[in-house]
Amino acid sequence: MKAVCWNGKKDVRVENVPDPKLLNPTDAIVKITTTCICGSDLHLYDGYVPTMQPGDILGHEFMGEVVETGKEVKKLKVGDRIVVPFTICCGNCFYCKNQLWSLCSNSNPNAWMLEKAYGYTSAGLFGYSHMFGGYAGGQAEYARVPFADVGPMKIPDGLPDEKAVFLTDIFPTGYMAADNCNIKEGDIVAVWGCGPVGQFAIRSAYLLGAHQVIAIDHVPERLRMAEEGKAITINMDDEMIFEKLRELTGGRGPDAVIDCVGLEAQGHTLDAWYDQVKAATYMATDRAHAIRQAINCCRPGGTVSIPGVYGGFLDKFPLGAAFGKGLTFRMGQTHVKKYLDDLLGKIQEGKIDPSFVITHRARIDDARKMYETFAARAAGCIKVILQPNENGSVMHA
Amino acid sequence: MVSATVYGQPTADQKSTSSSDQPSQARSSTREPYINVPSNERWVSGLSGAALVLAGLKMRSIPGAVLILAGGAMTRRAWTGHCNVYGALGINRAQGEGAAPEDYSSKGIHVSQAITIDKSPEELYRYWRDFQNLPRFMFYLDDVQILDDKRSHWKAKAPAGMSVEWDAEIINDQPNETIAWRSLYPASVDSAGSVRFVAGPPGRGTEVRVTFDYIPPAGKAGWVIAKLFGKDPEMEVREDLRRFKQIMETGEIPTAQGQPHGRRGVIGSIMASN
Ligand SMILES: NC(=O)c1ccc[n+]([C@@H]2O[C@H](COP(=O)([O-])OP(=O)(O)OC[C@H]3O[C@@H](n4cnc5c(N)ncnc54)[C@H](O)[C@@H]3O)[C@@H](O)[C@H]2O)c1
Ligand SMILES: [Zn+2]
Ligand SMILES: [Zn+2]
Repeated sequence: MKAVCWNGKKDVRVENVPDPKLLNPTDAIVKITTTCICGSDLHLYDGYVPTMQPGDILGHEFMGEVVETGKEVKKLKVGDRIVVPFTICCGNCFYCKNQLWSLCSNSNPNAWMLEKAYGYTSAGLFGYSHMFGGYAGGQAEYARVPFADVGPMKIPDGLPDEKAVFLTDIFPTGYMAADNCNIKEGDIVAVWGCGPVGQFAIRSAYLLGAHQVIAIDHVPERLRMAEEGKAITINMDDEMIFEKLRELTGGRGPDAVIDCVGLEAQGHTLDAWYDQVKAATYMATDRAHAIRQAINCCRPGGTVSIPGVYGGFLDKFPLGAAFGKGLTFRMGQTHVKKYLDDLLGKIQEGKIDPSFVITHRARIDDARKMYETFAARAAGCIKVILQPNENGSVMHA
Repeated sequence: MVSATVYGQPTADQKSTSSSDQPSQARSSTREPYINVPSNERWVSGLSGAALVLAGLKMRSIPGAVLILAGGAMTRRAWTGHCNVYGALGINRAQGEGAAPEDYSSKGIHVSQAITIDKSPEELYRYWRDFQNLPRFMFYLDDVQILDDKRSHWKAKAPAGMSVEWDAEIINDQPNETIAWRSLYPASVDSAGSVRFVAGPPGRGTEVRVTFDYIPPAGKAGWVIAKLFGKDPEMEVREDLRRFKQIMETGEIPTAQGQPHGRRGVIGSIMASN
């Protein structure tokens, strides 16, 4: 089959690899109909995540049709259309039983690696380095799905892939980011980053009752898409974020702040340059500009929600400001499965059509080019979907 | 007095002895001389006693663990008491005994690890007590055959056609609570282990506490054992326990071995874990 393989920093290649096989009794094999490139993949692409190996198959946002099931798979049947959460979960451990699906303690075959880094392990992830399990990803024609009865959800026939596929990651991720803000009547929520995750965070904050959402980025078409989602936008290249947020909130500051940027934050202030130098010289691993700013801007007693990915160490982290203002922090990989039923319902009721975020549709053969385009934020690219088992030509929305 | 030294009875945990311990109880009450006391009971009081001390102290490092092992007051009574007794009675272990408890504390590697599993002590005990299941999660083992109620034959995975095999016997068996075993003389590797199953706080499953002791042998067997356990025996045991948890909770061990991947390249093929 064809698969998108990581070969080093800024080097992904579409290669012919063997088809996946069932390896464990609860596995299923899925023929992939739609798969996406995620901002998280850019962290791999840019070489920020350790324990990647040349040849690793990328991709963690995929859906498709079940073509084979292991002998312990009871609920899924060949022919079922499913979405596959990017966090692999066993369904039987303490964490799974407590809805903390992304912290599953049984699904990471390389748990010892994460234990070395973080003290304890969390769930295995598709296509996201060996310390998260070394699972082959879903930017391919087929994928093997472990614990197939647990994570995946069947999708009704009438619902097209484009509306369903973001249930695998970015819709629940934006939704959990907003859910973590504990939004109350009258709340104003500020969102850093208007990539796909930011877009879903904006819309989810409204679904959860936010009074107003303010979105920050500097890519014009992303700001425009945020405005279509009813956010007030701030272009970080043109305005002083702190002052602007003060003004927009009558001097109170936002009640909750969401960091949808993560460890590759860009910025113009001194601390952002300092981060870039430190990261470039391996003295720090993550760039903290967005999260620092978010903490600074948040009102006393407010909530800092962090869906943006961090991997290692942050320098100049303003813990004093966080402490002084008594902030609450919520973060982590998304407990995708916790939200699936609810969000599928919202899609079916027409409360949201997740396909709004798609800007590029391509064949898997074009993956290398699509990574380049997405990473460069070129050609208006916000979200790329690939259709590995279709032979159509490249289309642009 | 005698039985206090010999049988130890270090904690309440050893009150309920199973049928396999009946002989020792009987002897204990009739207070037979030391010379008739089989090494089993010393193991029960010494090794498992130490295991309890260790578990309680949650020692992690090997040197620390060995220190506590040697220093624990109750443990030392069991250990040195016997040592003296042996010396006094002139018993030569070379005539048919394996390593004695004191050998483990002086020359041995001691490992203790704990994991919490979301199953009842009964379920966990039942699976572990069938030693044939051990190779499923103790990856250094190839095969365990049950010889009788207490004895079993263990075969380790050995590189390059070599084999490391030994007989083991169960020296303490308290249903749903504790199992302890040790290798029988002559064994290419003197080893001993114990596992305890203790209900955790409400909603937290069962705490499984394992100790494992072995004396690195010299020669070929030593080389094989060093290969099997690597540089970090603590980690090996932790991985064993993790796999035990995975099997008990999910029925399988997660894996990425055997999945497709693209060309690894030179560095990749050396470093890839699968
Ligand atoms: N928690 C999870 O489970 C989870 C799931 C999916 C994605 N993520 C993470 O969420 C983050 C966003 O994902 P995405 O797909 O939207 O990525 P993306 O790269 O498309 O979007 C990031 C956006 O942040 C903007 N940005 C950069 N620096 C900024 C700054 N200082 N202030 C404001 N905006 C800034 C960029 O212009 C870009 O539009 C990534 O870190 C990704 O790894 C997390
Ligand atoms: Zn993603
Ligand atoms: Zn789990």
